[in-house]
Amino acid sequence: MGLMSDIRSRGYAQPDVLVSTDWVAEHLSDPDIRVVESNEDVLLYPSGHIPGSVQVDWTADLNDPVQRDYITRRGFEALMSRIGATPKTKIVFYGDKNNWWACYAFWVFQLFGHKNASVMDGGRLKWEKEGRPMTREVLTCPATKYRAPERKDGPVRAFQKQVRAHVQAKGQLVDVRSPEEYAGTRMHMPDYPNEGALRGGHIPGAKSIPWARAINPEDGTFKPASELADLYIKTNRLKKDRPTIAYCRIGERSSHTWFALKYLLGFKNVKNYDGSWTEWGNTVGVPIEK
Amino acid sequence: METRAPGRLQAILDTFAMFPDPADRTNLLLDYAGRFRTVPPEVATRPYAREHLVPHCESEAYVWALEQPDGTLKFYFAVENPSGVSAKALAAILDQALSGLKPAEIANISPDIVEQIFRQNISMGKGMGLMSMVQAIRSLAKAAQ
Repeated sequence: MGLMSDIRSRGYAQPDVLVSTDWVAEHLSDPDIRVVESNEDVLLYPSGHIPGSVQVDWTADLNDPVQRDYITRRGFEALMSRIGATPKTKIVFYGDKNNWWACYAFWVFQLFGHKNASVMDGGRLKWEKEGRPMTREVLTCPATKYRAPERKDGPVRAFQKQVRAHVQAKGQLVDVRSPEEYAGTRMHMPDYPNEGALRGGHIPGAKSIPWARAINPEDGTFKPASELADLYIKTNRLKKDRPTIAYCRIGERSSHTWFALKYLLGFKNVKNYDGSWTEWGNTVGVPIEK
Repeated sequence: METRAPGRLQAILDTFAMFPDPADRTNLLLDYAGRFRTVPPEVATRPYAREHLVPHCESEAYVWALEQPDGTLKFYFAVENPSGVSAKALAAILDQALSGLKPAEIANISPDIVEQIFRQNISMGKGMGLMSMVQAIRSLAKAAQ
């Protein structure tokens, strides 16, 4: 209990959605917990990871291999079987880049209703900075049987049609990309390649709140609720009880903001628009603001 | 038919092609990443000059090409993102394969080698960033011709 006190003292709406590095260290051999690493660089996990953790790769494991969409129920069942998880297993996600990809994996898991899930606050950066053990040994999990429900996009995922209606209704939109991408002066993230949007700018009415502002850069942990409220509610005048849609380039950075708004600040209805700018900025006839 | 890469690079590509098992290829890449050495201080010190920064590589990779008395090039790299394992692996491969060659032998290296080396270990964004490292090498070699 003492180990959780720091996270609990930060005033989050749902503090159980975060666990500390201390907590993970104490539960490394707990058979009811599966620690999952998700990164951008697929080589990072095999180069060294938390003992007993497994890798879930956003490209190979979470995306449909052919069409632009996520895995189906069967794909999710196979994934959970591979990582040795049952519907009762608590999944703890962590990863590089301030848990950006960990939050993305967490979000995809919510499409299948696996609610017994948390993110390790601070992610890989904090674990490494604390000098905690890493291994190259890859855990071979005994296959489990996991029966998942059909993927349910509605509660947490927004499609372009809904976003267009949301824009018309002047709903709350959060653009979590860099200010340059928001302004349309840059077509991609700084230092990242252009992944193919024909137009620059942002969805009309969207507030520009880059995703990483929710993070303490020195250790990758989330800022306390009071600071998050200052950022999202006070400064940018978002309202907790109004439907909110977050987007970025392909929906990964915005899943991090989705996580912060929904679980840490308690926004009632937040969705992630994973089509994001690579869909909006390529669509004929949709409104764009610059 | 693809043109063959210069000797040592082609040998490395052939080695990767010999390993269809993704786990073996991953280990090979990690082996190269482990051999990565940051540019020595006699060549460059932090903060590194922006003109050596590889554009579009999110691992913040830098590259230098020093002309040697025999007319060949010696490449040096820095990868500032500590999690940039793929960038370090590619840097080590490029150094081993291309340092010691003349600029004309390097100037037409195909960025497609990234796909041959990394195959499944790559996402689209990361692939483009790594290809930019190869493009940067090409540009330095062309400038030295």
